[in-house]
Amino acid sequence: MADELELAFERTVQAEARIEPRDWMPDGYRKTLIRQIAQHAHSEIIGMQPEGNWISRAPSLRRKAILLAKVQDEAGHGLYLYSATETLGADRADLTDKLIEGRQKYSSIFNYPTLTFADVGVIGWLVDGAAICNQVPLCRTSYGPYARAMIRVCKEESFHQRQGYELLMTMMRGTQAQRDMVQDSVNRWWWPSLMMFGPPDSESSNTEQSMAWRIKRNTNDELRQKFVDMTVPQAEKLGVTLPDPLLKWNEERGHHDFGQPDWDEFWQVVKGNGVCNEQRLAHRRKAHEDGAWVREAAEAYAAKQVKEGVA
Amino acid sequence: MSTSWPLWEVFVRGKRGLNHVHVGSLHAPDAEMALRNARDVYTRRNEGVSIWVVKADDITASSPDEKDPFFSPSGDKVYRHPTFYSIPEDVPHL
Repeated sequence: MADELELAFERTVQAEARIEPRDWMPDGYRKTLIRQIAQHAHSEIIGMQPEGNWISRAPSLRRKAILLAKVQDEAGHGLYLYSATETLGADRADLTDKLIEGRQKYSSIFNYPTLTFADVGVIGWLVDGAAICNQVPLCRTSYGPYARAMIRVCKEESFHQRQGYELLMTMMRGTQAQRDMVQDSVNRWWWPSLMMFGPPDSESSNTEQSMAWRIKRNTNDELRQKFVDMTVPQAEKLGVTLPDPLLKWNEERGHHDFGQPDWDEFWQVVKGNGVCNEQRLAHRRKAHEDGAWVREAAEAYAAKQVKEGVA
Repeated sequence: MSTSWPLWEVFVRGKRGLNHVHVGSLHAPDAEMALRNARDVYTRRNEGVSIWVVKADDITASSPDEKDPFFSPSGDKVYRHPTFYSIPEDVPHL
């Protein structure tokens, strides 16, 4: 019987059809998805912090409104994704606990600090650009609710990337000090952006099974290459230099050659030793604890309405 | 602390003339808050003109395990489809 169910599952996945919440699925498939989607959701929620840092100091009302909308989108993306994990039997409150207790991870990119306003533009351009490269193939991932959440997310990410690039173009038309600020920001974010695709394929333990289950559609190295090829002409147009002496067009391959990020640094940040790891988690924990009275009050109000027969 | 806010399924009508379509879920203490949260989470860019929220517990769903037997009564009734009937080509408007 189990074999038959497994066969039906395999056939559905091989046929590029979607697995839906109440379908039978292997335990490993369910666990991998919960882990991956929760990590993705946590990244969106923690990802509100680096840019949220600049909302009160945005240089104009226009930039402030844009930044507010973007940070609100990140919250929304987190919620779409938590919603998807719940279709797999996960519990949202439990996932939040796991995040603030450091038992589940989020993308390491958010453990780097945002030192200048140019970072807001560079995050939109490079970090959201890398996120789009990762997420577009996930619109075809085999688990239906995850794929549908990704479609919504990708539509909104396009705004994020374009506002970032436009911000940088504006700064590049400004003073020399502003142009230097953009270049400095690119220098700091380029390598962490490349790390967003995860370790090289030769060291990525989860890739093979995830590809077989069609959860993952491309390998880390494929996506990293795609991102570099997309970004090089954008950097040229912007007038900034990507800080990689090995970066050059390879006619034979039809792709750019490029250097490897510092993978020791990557693993250090993953292990919790990045510049902002502690600060990000402490802030998330505080927001959660400070919001407790609101959750309790809303619950008490709802209970009272029911008791009085209003609702 | 852990709250016991119930789970609500959210349905959005994209524009007049279309059906409400399921878009996702959220937690809220009551129906009114569920509706407000649904507006903020699922319609930030004019994606809807109407929202329904339904407590997830109140939805009864068919079981995927028996999807074949459950839908089989309609499987062998080909005569329910217009293509079952052959009509000469020269009969107009049919």
